[in-house]
Amino acid sequence: MFNYPVLLSGDVDFMIKGIFSYNCFGNEVWITTTHVCTLIVMLLLIVFALFANRAVKKANTDEAPGTFLNIVELLIDFLDGIVNSVMGKNAAKFANYIFTLFLFIFLSNISGLMGLRPPTADYGVTFPMGVITFGLITFNKFKHQKVSGVIKGLCDPWVFWIPINLIGDFAVPISLSLRLFANVLSGTVMMALYYGLLPIFVKIGIPSFLHIYFDLFSGAIQTYVFCMLTMTYVSDAIGAE
Amino acid sequence: MNISGDDFIRGCSAIGAGLALIAGIGPGVGQGIAAGHAASAVGRNPGAKSDVTSTMLLGQAVAETTGLYGLLVAMLLLFVKPLLK
Repeated sequence: MFNYPVLLSGDVDFMIKGIFSYNCFGNEVWITTTHVCTLIVMLLLIVFALFANRAVKKANTDEAPGTFLNIVELLIDFLDGIVNSVMGKNAAKFANYIFTLFLFIFLSNISGLMGLRPPTADYGVTFPMGVITFGLITFNKFKHQKVSGVIKGLCDPWVFWIPINLIGDFAVPISLSLRLFANVLSGTVMMALYYGLLPIFVKIGIPSFLHIYFDLFSGAIQTYVFCMLTMTYVSDAIGAE
Repeated sequence: MNISGDDFIRGCSAIGAGLALIAGIGPGVGQGIAAGHAASAVGRNPGAKSDVTSTMLLGQAVAETTGLYGLLVAMLLLFVKPLLK
């Protein structure tokens, strides 16, 4: 079997591994499994985007769209529907970010199907996404509610609630990223245990339903939840106006 | 039989990891209640099936978080071994 650290197989083994290290201004920097898998996912997304771009540009409005164009339209319709239903009139501004987030997280989550270790099973990948969401929330809060509105929101029921409200604000990115990370990690661990401890079942094709549950179902749900919560928090921050 | 301090801590960490996963009870019960209510909501108003389903999935995923924290604690105890350093 493959013995490359990127692939999930062999022993019970789901930890992140360093592939090689190099010196960067005196610090030792490791290129790990996560980097390689993220690059593969990005490469797939870029190729998909290039093909989609070409298909859309070449599209002829007089005839029925081809298979690939149909799939792209289906995807955009679906994502547009989600963003529109949550954010309403602000949808156009955030649709691009949500699309990117959705595609990246979804492809990362289901990359277990391709034999990769999902990049989202690394806290170093999900935490930055949580931080980006936090930045969006804070920026939009200050932009749309002004400083007075933010201060008013902080001492919501009473002035002494400020620390609790602050903790609540800072818990958002942490809980958001931990939820995604732990869900994908649990799937990865289960698959690694299955592959490592029950090798006889692997040979007769049993793990497919586990893959469907842990990679496809759980991955899709968590992607949906991450995007949904991001949109909800951001539109909360924008307020009704 | 002699048990060294490190082995003792490892064993206790494994027990602690097992105990941490008791946290899975809460989300299980909560998700079950959410799914039950969603089922009755769909029974009362079958037209709102897609709305009810997406709301249920979102609520369940948020409720799952506490259980996942338990899982994370177990993982840390088993693989990072913070107590051994």
